[in-house]
Amino acid sequence: MIDPQQADGVFVLIPALNEEASVGEVIRGVRAVLPQAAIVVADDSSTDATRSVALAAGAEVLSLPFHLGLGGCVQAGYRLAFELGFEYVIRVDGDGQHDPRDVPRILDALRTTGCQMAIGSRFCEDNGNGHTSAPRAIGIVIFRLLLRPILGRSVHDPTSGFVGVNREALEVFSRSFPLEYPEIEALVVLQRRRFQFVEVPCRMRPRLTGRSTITAPKSLYYIIHVLLGVFVNILKFERRRWFRPKKASAQAQAVVRDESRKASEEQAGVRAKGN
Amino acid sequence: MDRLLNVMTLLSIGLFVLVLASVRRAHIRVEYSVSWLGAAIVLLVLSRSRSLLEWVATLLGVRSAPLALIMLALCVFLVVFYRFSVIISSLKDANIALTQRVAILEFHLQAMHERR
Repeated sequence: MIDPQQADGVFVLIPALNEEASVGEVIRGVRAVLPQAAIVVADDSSTDATRSVALAAGAEVLSLPFHLGLGGCVQAGYRLAFELGFEYVIRVDGDGQHDPRDVPRILDALRTTGCQMAIGSRFCEDNGNGHTSAPRAIGIVIFRLLLRPILGRSVHDPTSGFVGVNREALEVFSRSFPLEYPEIEALVVLQRRRFQFVEVPCRMRPRLTGRSTITAPKSLYYIIHVLLGVFVNILKFERRRWFRPKKASAQAQAVVRDESRKASEEQAGVRAKGN
Repeated sequence: MDRLLNVMTLLSIGLFVLVLASVRRAHIRVEYSVSWLGAAIVLLVLSRSRSLLEWVATLLGVRSAPLALIMLALCVFLVVFYRFSVIISSLKDANIALTQRVAILEFHLQAMHERR
C-alpha cells in the first residue's frame, strides 16, 4: 500500500494505454531520480501487457475496467492521490516522451514557488527541441495566441502533458477535470480560480514506441473541441461570478477548504490506525 | 396533401405501436418512451386535424400546411434528440465516475490482499 509519508507526499502518475514497450523504462527512469515517490500507472484498459510490465518494474497499477480516454484516466489518478492524502502529483506520459530526469525540477518548482501547477515546457527556453509534429506545432501557436488574453500572460507550451500539481489544484481536478484534450482547459480552470502556474524548461524526447493519436485530420477537431471547452469554462466561471454574491462565494470556498482539511485529517487518522 | 397527411398518420401510429411494443419487451425504459410517444401523438393529432394544422401553418407564416407539418415533425424530433443528448451526457458522466470508483476500490482491495 502506498503511503504519502513514506513517499514524501509525492505521487508520480503515469497514464498509459498499450505502452508495454515503453512504460517499464519510464518507471525505472522515475525511480532513479525519485526513489521515495509513489509511482502509479493509470492503465486505461490496455489490451497489451502494460499492467504486468508496470508491476514488474515496481509501480503500482490503477486499472480502469473500461477505456475512459486521457482525461478520465488522469482524473482517476488524481482522485486516488487526493483520497490518499498526497501533496504533489507529477504526471509523466507512459510513451517515454517526457524525460524522467526533469521530474525533480517540476517538483522543486511546485515546492519553491508555491504555484498550484508547474508545466514542463519544451519551448520555455532554447531547449533544442524539434520533436513536435507539424499539426501540433500549428495548434500550439493558435492556443498561445488564444490563451494569452485569457490567462493574462503567455504560456509557451500549452499542450504539454508533463505537469505537476499541488494539493490545492489536486482537489479541484479530482472533482472536475476535462475529459478530452485536458491540458489547455485545465489551465483555464486554474486561472479562473486565481491559481498560479509556472513553466519549467524540460526536454521532450521522441516517442519510444507507437504513434501519436493526434494526426493531421484530428487536429482540426482537436482545435474546435478545445476552443469550445475553453469558451464553456469561461462562461461557467463568469456566470458563477455574476450570479453569486461575493460574500457567499467566499463562504462557500471556506467550506470547501474546511471539508478538504477534514478529509485529509480523516485519511491521516485511517492511516495511523492502519499502521 | 391528403396522401401526405395519411402517410404521416400511418407513420405516427407505427411509431406509437413500435415504442409501446419496445417498452413491453423492456427494450426501452418507460421514462425514455415518453418523448417518443409524445412525438407520435403530436404528429397523429396534427395529421388528422386539418383545421388545427392550418392554424399552426398560419401561426408559423407558412402557406403550405404539409410543409408546416414537416417543419413541426422536424422540430419535435429535434427536441427528442436534444433530450436524449442530455440523458446520454449524464449517463456518460455517471459511467466515468463509476469506472474511476471501481478502479480505486480495486486498487485498495489489492493493497489489502498484499498486506495480508
